[in-house]
Amino acid sequence: MLPVALGSATKLIGLVMHSRKEYVALMELHREVDPEKVTAVLKQFVGRIYQRPPLRSSVKRALRIREIYYIEPLEFQDRYVLFRVGCQSGTYIRKLCHDVGLVLGVEAHMRELRRTATGHFREENGVYTLHEVSEALYLWRRYRYEELLRKIMQPAELIVANLPKIVIRDGAVDAIAHGAQLAVPGILRLHEGISKGERVAMFTLKGELVAIGRAAMDTNEILESKRGVAVRIERVFMEPGTYPSMWKRRKSCE
Amino acid sequence: MSDLVKEGEEFLRKLDELGRVKRRWVSKDEEDTDPRYGYPPYRRPIDLYIRKGLIVIDKPPGPTSHEVVAWIKKMFGLEKAGHGGTLEPAHP
Repeated sequence: MLPVALGSATKLIGLVMHSRKEYVALMELHREVDPEKVTAVLKQFVGRIYQRPPLRSSVKRALRIREIYYIEPLEFQDRYVLFRVGCQSGTYIRKLCHDVGLVLGVEAHMRELRRTATGHFREENGVYTLHEVSEALYLWRRYRYEELLRKIMQPAELIVANLPKIVIRDGAVDAIAHGAQLAVPGILRLHEGISKGERVAMFTLKGELVAIGRAAMDTNEILESKRGVAVRIERVFMEPGTYPSMWKRRKSCE
Repeated sequence: MSDLVKEGEEFLRKLDELGRVKRRWVSKDEEDTDPRYGYPPYRRPIDLYIRKGLIVIDKPPGPTSHEVVAWIKKMFGLEKAGHGGTLEPAHP
Protein backbone atom coordinates (compact mmCIF):
# COMPACT_ATOMS: atom_id res chain seq x y z
CA MET A 1 0.00 0.00 0.00
CA LEU A 2 1.08 3.51 -0.78
CA PRO A 3 -0.69 6.66 0.41
CA VAL A 4 -0.65 9.19 -2.45
CA ALA A 5 -1.63 12.82 -1.86
CA LEU A 6 -3.04 14.96 -4.65
CA GLY A 7 -2.77 18.71 -5.24
CA SER A 8 -2.38 20.77 -2.09
CA ALA A 9 -2.44 17.63 0.07
CA THR A 10 1.07 16.98 -1.26
CA LYS A 11 2.62 19.35 1.24
CA LEU A 12 1.27 17.25 4.12
CA ILE A 13 2.33 13.83 2.93
CA GLY A 14 5.91 14.34 4.10
CA LEU A 15 4.55 13.92 7.62
CA VAL A 16 3.71 10.30 6.88
CA MET A 17 6.92 9.60 4.97
CA HIS A 18 9.06 8.99 8.04
CA SER A 19 6.47 7.15 10.11
CA ARG A 20 6.64 3.49 11.05
CA LYS A 21 5.93 0.81 8.47
CA GLU A 22 4.51 -2.69 8.54
CA TYR A 23 5.25 -5.36 5.95
CA VAL A 24 4.42 -8.97 5.18
CA ALA A 25 7.49 -10.62 3.70
CA LEU A 26 8.23 -13.98 2.15
CA MET A 27 11.72 -15.22 2.94
CA GLU A 28 13.36 -18.18 1.26
CA LEU A 29 15.93 -20.08 3.29
CA HIS A 30 18.62 -21.83 1.29
CA ARG A 31 18.16 -24.99 3.36
CA GLU A 32 15.22 -26.19 5.43
CA VAL A 33 15.35 -25.21 9.12
CA ASP A 34 13.13 -26.20 12.02
CA PRO A 35 10.34 -23.56 12.33
CA GLU A 36 10.99 -23.21 16.06
CA LYS A 37 14.59 -22.28 15.39
CA VAL A 38 13.54 -19.75 12.72
CA THR A 39 11.02 -18.21 15.13
CA ALA A 40 13.67 -17.89 17.84
CA VAL A 41 16.11 -16.18 15.46
CA LEU A 42 13.42 -13.82 14.12
CA LYS A 43 12.67 -12.76 17.72
CA GLN A 44 16.34 -11.89 18.19
CA PHE A 45 15.91 -9.14 15.60
CA VAL A 46 13.24 -7.31 17.62
CA GLY A 47 14.70 -4.12 19.07
CA ARG A 48 17.48 -1.89 17.77
CA ILE A 49 19.48 -3.50 14.97
CA TYR A 50 22.40 -2.42 12.83
CA GLN A 51 21.78 -2.24 9.10
CA ARG A 52 23.96 -1.22 6.19
CA PRO A 53 21.73 -0.07 3.29
CA PRO A 54 22.00 -2.42 0.29
CA LEU A 55 23.97 -1.58 -2.88
CA ARG A 56 20.84 -0.61 -4.73
CA SER A 57 19.53 2.09 -2.42
CA SER A 58 19.13 5.83 -2.57
CA VAL A 59 20.82 6.63 0.74
CA LYS A 60 24.42 6.71 1.90
CA ARG A 61 25.65 3.18 2.60
CA ALA A 62 26.77 3.79 6.16
CA LEU A 63 25.97 1.42 9.00
CA ARG A 64 22.93 2.74 10.85
CA ILE A 65 20.57 1.72 13.59
CA ARG A 66 16.93 0.88 12.83
CA GLU A 67 14.28 -0.27 15.25
CA ILE A 68 12.21 -3.41 14.72
CA TYR A 69 9.03 -3.17 16.81
CA TYR A 70 7.74 -6.71 16.26
CA ILE A 71 8.23 -9.77 14.06
CA GLU A 72 5.56 -12.42 13.83
CA PRO A 73 5.99 -15.61 11.76
CA LEU A 74 2.76 -16.38 9.90
CA GLU A 75 3.45 -19.57 7.91
CA PHE A 76 6.19 -22.08 7.24
CA GLN A 77 6.35 -24.26 4.15
CA ASP A 78 9.47 -26.16 3.17
CA ARG A 79 12.15 -23.50 2.87
CA TYR A 80 9.68 -20.58 2.82
CA VAL A 81 8.89 -18.39 5.81
CA LEU A 82 6.08 -15.85 5.69
CA PHE A 83 6.30 -13.21 8.42
CA ARG A 84 4.88 -9.85 9.48
CA VAL A 85 7.26 -7.13 10.64
CA GLY A 86 6.67 -3.67 12.15
CA CYS A 87 9.67 -1.38 11.84
CA GLN A 88 11.07 2.11 11.74
CA SER A 89 10.97 3.98 8.44
CA GLY A 90 14.05 3.23 6.35
CA THR A 91 14.45 -0.39 7.44
CA TYR A 92 15.43 -2.69 4.58
CA ILE A 93 13.50 -5.95 4.79
CA ARG A 94 15.62 -7.50 2.04
CA LYS A 95 18.63 -6.87 4.28
CA LEU A 96 16.78 -8.21 7.31
CA CYS A 97 16.07 -11.50 5.49
CA HIS A 98 19.70 -11.75 4.46
CA ASP A 99 20.87 -11.18 8.04
CA VAL A 100 18.38 -13.69 9.46
CA GLY A 101 19.84 -16.22 7.02
CA LEU A 102 23.33 -15.50 8.28
CA VAL A 103 22.36 -16.04 11.91
CA LEU A 104 20.57 -19.28 10.99
CA GLY A 105 23.73 -20.40 9.21
CA VAL A 106 21.90 -21.44 6.01
CA GLU A 107 21.64 -18.08 4.21
CA ALA A 108 18.35 -16.64 3.02
CA HIS A 109 16.86 -14.03 0.73
CA MET A 110 13.63 -12.11 0.35
CA ARG A 111 11.26 -13.45 -2.29
CA GLU A 112 8.29 -11.10 -1.93
CA LEU A 113 7.33 -8.03 0.02
CA ARG A 114 4.08 -6.22 0.66
CA ARG A 115 3.63 -3.09 2.78
CA THR A 116 0.57 -3.43 5.00
CA ALA A 117 0.76 -0.13 6.93
CA THR A 118 2.38 3.31 6.75
CA GLY A 119 1.95 5.19 10.00
CA HIS A 120 -1.78 5.10 10.84
CA PHE A 121 -2.76 4.13 7.28
CA ARG A 122 -3.55 0.43 7.29
CA GLU A 123 -4.28 -1.87 4.39
CA GLU A 124 -7.47 -3.18 6.00
CA ASN A 125 -8.97 0.33 6.03
CA GLY A 126 -9.17 0.18 2.26
CA VAL A 127 -6.69 0.23 -0.61
CA TYR A 128 -7.46 0.70 -4.29
CA THR A 129 -5.67 -0.49 -7.40
CA LEU A 130 -4.64 1.86 -10.20
CA HIS A 131 -7.32 0.17 -12.34
CA GLU A 132 -10.01 1.09 -9.84
CA VAL A 133 -8.76 4.69 -9.78
CA SER A 134 -8.79 4.80 -13.57
CA GLU A 135 -12.34 3.42 -13.70
CA ALA A 136 -13.61 5.92 -11.13
CA LEU A 137 -12.03 8.77 -13.08
CA TYR A 138 -13.61 7.52 -16.29
CA LEU A 139 -17.10 7.34 -14.74
CA TRP A 140 -16.73 10.86 -13.44
CA ARG A 141 -15.35 12.35 -16.66
CA ARG A 142 -17.66 10.49 -19.03
CA TYR A 143 -20.89 10.31 -16.99
CA ARG A 144 -20.41 12.89 -14.22
CA TYR A 145 -20.76 10.02 -11.77
CA GLU A 146 -18.77 11.10 -8.68
CA GLU A 147 -19.68 8.47 -6.12
CA LEU A 148 -16.98 5.94 -6.93
CA LEU A 149 -14.27 8.61 -6.97
CA ARG A 150 -15.51 9.91 -3.61
CA LYS A 151 -15.37 6.39 -2.19
CA ILE A 152 -11.84 5.74 -3.43
CA MET A 153 -10.49 9.09 -2.25
CA GLN A 154 -10.28 10.47 1.28
CA PRO A 155 -9.91 14.06 2.44
CA ALA A 156 -6.29 15.10 3.11
CA GLU A 157 -7.31 15.69 6.74
CA LEU A 158 -6.73 11.96 7.30
CA ILE A 159 -3.00 12.51 6.91
CA VAL A 160 -2.89 14.39 10.22
CA ALA A 161 -5.38 12.12 12.04
CA ASN A 162 -2.68 11.04 14.51
CA LEU A 163 -1.88 14.58 15.71
CA PRO A 164 -3.39 16.36 18.73
CA LYS A 165 -5.97 18.83 17.47
CA ILE A 166 -7.21 22.37 18.07
CA VAL A 167 -10.49 23.79 16.72
CA ILE A 168 -10.45 27.51 15.90
CA ARG A 169 -13.15 30.09 15.18
CA ASP A 170 -14.13 31.10 11.64
CA GLY A 171 -12.71 34.56 12.34
CA ALA A 172 -9.22 33.20 13.05
CA VAL A 173 -8.94 31.08 9.89
CA ASP A 174 -7.94 33.61 7.25
CA ALA A 175 -5.22 35.26 9.36
CA ILE A 176 -3.53 31.86 9.65
CA ALA A 177 -4.06 31.20 5.94
CA HIS A 178 -2.14 34.46 5.40
CA GLY A 179 0.74 33.37 7.63
CA ALA A 180 -0.17 34.65 11.11
CA GLN A 181 0.48 32.59 14.27
CA LEU A 182 -2.48 31.17 16.19
CA ALA A 183 -3.32 33.39 19.16
CA VAL A 184 -5.22 32.20 22.24
CA PRO A 185 -8.50 34.09 21.53
CA GLY A 186 -8.92 32.17 18.25
CA ILE A 187 -9.23 28.82 20.06
CA LEU A 188 -12.57 27.11 20.75
CA ARG A 189 -11.73 23.50 21.71
CA LEU A 190 -8.58 21.42 21.98
CA HIS A 191 -7.18 18.08 23.03
CA GLU A 192 -6.03 17.47 26.57
CA GLY A 193 -2.37 16.98 27.33
CA ILE A 194 -0.83 19.06 24.54
CA SER A 195 2.70 19.97 25.64
CA LYS A 196 4.84 22.89 24.60
CA GLY A 197 6.74 22.17 21.37
CA GLU A 198 4.42 19.32 20.37
CA ARG A 199 3.13 19.23 16.80
CA VAL A 200 -0.60 20.01 16.54
CA ALA A 201 -3.18 20.27 13.73
CA MET A 202 -5.65 23.17 13.62
CA PHE A 203 -9.18 22.71 12.24
CA THR A 204 -12.26 24.79 11.49
CA LEU A 205 -15.56 23.99 13.20
CA LYS A 206 -16.56 22.18 9.99
CA GLY A 207 -13.54 19.87 10.36
CA GLU A 208 -11.34 21.40 7.64
CA LEU A 209 -7.60 21.38 8.25
CA VAL A 210 -6.25 24.94 8.44
CA ALA A 211 -2.57 24.39 9.28
CA ILE A 212 -0.13 22.39 11.35
CA GLY A 213 2.31 23.89 13.82
CA ARG A 214 4.13 23.57 17.13
CA ALA A 215 2.33 24.38 20.38
CA ALA A 216 3.86 27.41 22.11
CA MET A 217 1.71 26.75 25.21
CA ASP A 218 0.44 23.56 26.83
CA THR A 219 -3.28 22.77 27.08
CA ASN A 220 -3.64 24.24 30.59
CA GLU A 221 -1.85 27.48 29.68
CA ILE A 222 -4.14 27.87 26.67
CA LEU A 223 -7.22 27.32 28.85
CA GLU A 224 -6.04 29.85 31.45
CA SER A 225 -4.68 32.53 29.09
CA LYS A 226 -6.56 35.38 27.46
CA ARG A 227 -3.91 36.36 24.92
CA GLY A 228 -0.56 35.36 23.47
CA VAL A 229 0.67 33.02 20.73
CA ALA A 230 -0.61 29.49 21.33
CA VAL A 231 0.76 27.78 18.20
CA ARG A 232 3.64 28.63 15.88
CA ILE A 233 2.53 27.70 12.38
CA GLU A 234 4.73 25.34 10.35
CA ARG A 235 2.64 24.61 7.29
CA VAL A 236 -0.59 26.18 6.04
CA PHE A 237 -3.14 24.01 4.25
CA MET A 238 -6.13 26.38 3.93
CA GLU A 239 -6.11 28.67 0.90
CA PRO A 240 -6.24 32.39 1.77
CA GLY A 241 -9.65 33.88 1.03
CA THR A 242 -11.62 30.72 1.84
CA TYR A 243 -12.91 32.38 5.01
CA PRO A 244 -13.51 36.16 5.36
CA SER A 245 -10.62 38.25 6.65
CA MET A 246 -11.89 39.63 9.98
CA TRP A 247 -8.32 40.34 10.95
CA LYS A 248 -7.95 43.11 8.36
CA ARG A 249 -11.01 44.84 9.76
CA ARG A 250 -9.79 44.39 13.32
CA LYS A 251 -6.38 45.76 12.37
CA SER A 252 -7.88 48.93 10.93
CA CYS A 253 -9.89 49.47 14.13
CA GLU A 254 -6.82 49.39 16.34
CA MET B 1 -25.23 23.46 18.42
CA SER B 2 -25.71 23.77 14.65
CA ASP B 3 -25.69 20.70 12.37
CA LEU B 4 -22.48 21.91 10.71
CA VAL B 5 -20.66 22.13 14.05
CA LYS B 6 -21.99 18.68 14.97
CA GLU B 7 -20.79 17.31 11.62
CA GLY B 8 -17.35 18.84 12.21
CA GLU B 9 -17.15 17.36 15.68
CA GLU B 10 -18.13 13.94 14.41
CA PHE B 11 -15.50 14.13 11.65
CA LEU B 12 -12.75 15.04 14.12
CA ARG B 13 -13.83 12.16 16.38
CA LYS B 14 -13.47 9.87 13.39
CA LEU B 15 -9.97 11.25 12.73
CA ASP B 16 -9.00 10.65 16.37
CA GLU B 17 -10.16 7.06 16.06
CA LEU B 18 -8.23 6.49 12.81
CA GLY B 19 -5.11 8.15 14.20
CA ARG B 20 -5.50 6.32 17.51
CA VAL B 21 -5.56 9.57 19.47
CA LYS B 22 -6.97 8.68 22.89
CA ARG B 23 -7.00 12.22 24.34
CA ARG B 24 -10.16 13.89 25.53
CA TRP B 25 -11.41 17.21 24.18
CA VAL B 26 -11.68 20.30 26.37
CA SER B 27 -13.69 23.41 25.53
CA LYS B 28 -12.54 27.00 25.90
CA ASP B 29 -15.35 28.82 24.13
CA GLU B 30 -18.33 28.10 21.90
CA GLU B 31 -19.27 29.58 18.56
CA ASP B 32 -21.12 28.66 15.37
CA THR B 33 -19.63 28.39 11.88
CA ASP B 34 -20.82 30.38 8.86
CA PRO B 35 -22.22 28.00 6.20
CA ARG B 36 -21.21 30.45 3.46
CA TYR B 37 -17.51 29.68 3.83
CA GLY B 38 -15.66 26.40 3.37
CA TYR B 39 -17.09 22.86 3.30
CA PRO B 40 -17.13 19.85 5.59
CA PRO B 41 -14.26 17.73 4.13
CA TYR B 42 -16.46 14.91 2.79
CA ARG B 43 -18.83 17.41 1.12
CA ARG B 44 -16.29 19.41 -0.86
CA PRO B 45 -17.28 19.89 -4.52
CA ILE B 46 -15.59 17.12 -6.49
CA ASP B 47 -12.85 19.33 -8.00
CA LEU B 48 -11.83 20.58 -4.57
CA TYR B 49 -12.27 17.08 -3.12
CA ILE B 50 -9.66 15.86 -5.60
CA ARG B 51 -7.24 18.72 -5.06
CA LYS B 52 -7.38 18.19 -1.30
CA GLY B 53 -7.49 14.44 -1.56
CA LEU B 54 -5.64 11.29 -0.76
CA ILE B 55 -5.75 7.81 -2.27
CA VAL B 56 -4.31 4.76 -0.57
CA ILE B 57 -3.05 2.71 -3.49
CA ASP B 58 -2.83 -1.05 -3.57
CA LYS B 59 0.62 -0.85 -5.13
CA PRO B 60 1.64 -3.49 -7.66
CA PRO B 61 5.10 -4.91 -6.87
CA GLY B 62 6.77 -3.89 -10.14
CA PRO B 63 6.83 -0.08 -10.49
CA THR B 64 8.50 2.21 -7.96
CA SER B 65 6.50 4.56 -5.73
CA HIS B 66 7.68 7.48 -7.87
CA GLU B 67 6.34 5.82 -11.01
CA VAL B 68 2.97 5.21 -9.37
CA VAL B 69 2.78 8.88 -8.34
CA ALA B 70 3.69 9.96 -11.89
CA TRP B 71 0.85 7.83 -13.32
CA ILE B 72 -1.66 9.22 -10.85
CA LYS B 73 -0.59 12.78 -11.65
CA LYS B 74 -1.11 12.07 -15.34
CA MET B 75 -4.46 10.33 -14.82
CA PHE B 76 -5.82 13.25 -12.81
CA GLY B 77 -4.07 15.90 -14.88
CA LEU B 78 -2.58 17.40 -11.74
CA GLU B 79 0.76 19.12 -11.41
CA LYS B 80 1.31 18.12 -7.83
CA ALA B 81 1.10 14.75 -6.12
CA GLY B 82 3.32 12.96 -3.66
CA HIS B 83 3.56 9.72 -1.75
CA GLY B 84 4.15 8.88 1.87
CA GLY B 85 5.83 5.59 1.67
CA THR B 86 9.45 5.79 0.64
CA LEU B 87 11.61 2.96 1.79
CA GLU B 88 14.48 5.41 2.14
CA PRO B 89 13.98 8.42 4.37
CA ALA B 90 15.48 11.67 3.10
CA HIS B 91 17.02 12.34 6.51
CA PRO B 92 18.33 9.08 7.91
